[in-house]
Amino acid sequence: MSDPPVIITRDLTKSYGAVAAVHNLNLCVRANSITAFLGQNGAGKSTTIKMLLGMIRPSRGDGTVLGKRIADAEENRQLRHKVAYVAEDKPLYGYMTVQQTLRFASSFYSDWRIDVERKLLHEYKLPLQQKIKALSKGMRTKLALLLAFARRPELLILDEPSEGLDPVGIEYLLQTLVAQAAEGVTVFFSSHQIAEVERIADHVCILDNGRLLLNASLDQLRQSYRRIDLAFAFAPSAHDFRITGVEKIRTKERQMSIFASSNADAVIERAHDLNAVSIEVAPVGLRDIFLETVKEN
Amino acid sequence: MCITGIFLPRAPAKLDRIIDMLYRYTDTVFFKLNPTTGQPLYLQLMQQIRHATESGALQDGDQLPGIRTLAEELILSPHTVAKAYSELQHDGLLELRHGTGAFITVKRRTRSLTNHVHLARGRLRDLIEQLRDEGLLDEEIKRAFEAELLYPTEMVKRR
Repeated sequence: MSDPPVIITRDLTKSYGAVAAVHNLNLCVRANSITAFLGQNGAGKSTTIKMLLGMIRPSRGDGTVLGKRIADAEENRQLRHKVAYVAEDKPLYGYMTVQQTLRFASSFYSDWRIDVERKLLHEYKLPLQQKIKALSKGMRTKLALLLAFARRPELLILDEPSEGLDPVGIEYLLQTLVAQAAEGVTVFFSSHQIAEVERIADHVCILDNGRLLLNASLDQLRQSYRRIDLAFAFAPSAHDFRITGVEKIRTKERQMSIFASSNADAVIERAHDLNAVSIEVAPVGLRDIFLETVKEN
Repeated sequence: MCITGIFLPRAPAKLDRIIDMLYRYTDTVFFKLNPTTGQPLYLQLMQQIRHATESGALQDGDQLPGIRTLAEELILSPHTVAKAYSELQHDGLLELRHGTGAFITVKRRTRSLTNHVHLARGRLRDLIEQLRDEGLLDEEIKRAFEAELLYPTEMVKRR
């Protein structure tokens, strides 16, 4: 874990006129980890990814990927050799067949992993002779993923990789991501599928309106976020629960529901001190953390 | 996720033991991690391995799958498996031999702990029976237990 971070950005900003698509983003992605990038549509995820890859010029700020400066043309060219990227729209040549696409792509890489190609061709059941333009959306996605996985990258950047995949395809995808991570590949992927993220990610970054709202280890979130439901013999005052870590308090007559990002112990103790008649503490899943965090913003 | 394969042996001689173990654990949640229980996944994995040794399903010298194999099998980050293994090694329950794998090492302490847990369960059973006799519903007993476990520290302390 002591390896230097694979992705670092400093105040990375992209503005379109008066609108900031990405605002002062300070991102840090650790080596050999699986990091998920969450955000609503239009939150700035794809813009961020494209800036990291030098496809969009930042308006302000800078960053490095695998130690190479993203805004430097030569360094950016070098970094793209080590990064496999699967774009949201999975651009491929429509007139080629699956087989031609594989031969074309593999010709660029001397260390192309034929074992990975064979395994995924089998798992994904890709029709070798079919033209790309005749492939379904899911099959296109699978082919784009195969091309990335077989490249032996140091860093995988995937923009909504599971979009359009059926449940079986998603299962194979997650398994492949885990296998890549086990081989030392850093995985950075954006997704709307919170259940998938929750299973395999080490870290999550939540982006909203171009701003990074959360960047934390998932185990840390699991351990610290709690919803605490309280009942009292009298109408409680929200003021009593203004404690560090309490993000949101809802009261309804003699009941209170507290959403805490940390410090649940202190909330429970306060509730005991105030003679709460019922205290129920429940863990908070990533879906609720995401919704609450984004709503707060 | 199917649990067969988790214990796919490197040494086929242990197959009978493995079948026995699968039989015992098919209707429980062995190595079935729940991402939404509010407990770090590596801790869940540690507890399940620990539980298996305490119940005797895993015994001294048994081999666990490699980090990558288990991560792919359970579809979770290899970091989770690595962290669980290294913490268990730190606790003296697992020996990581470079290049050959992870092996269970059951010490005397674990055995006495097994007895302790066994006795504690008996006492709990008595207490629950008593509360039921007094007219409390299981749901009420459960909630009372959970509430008491939350106080004064909310997280159950790791052994």
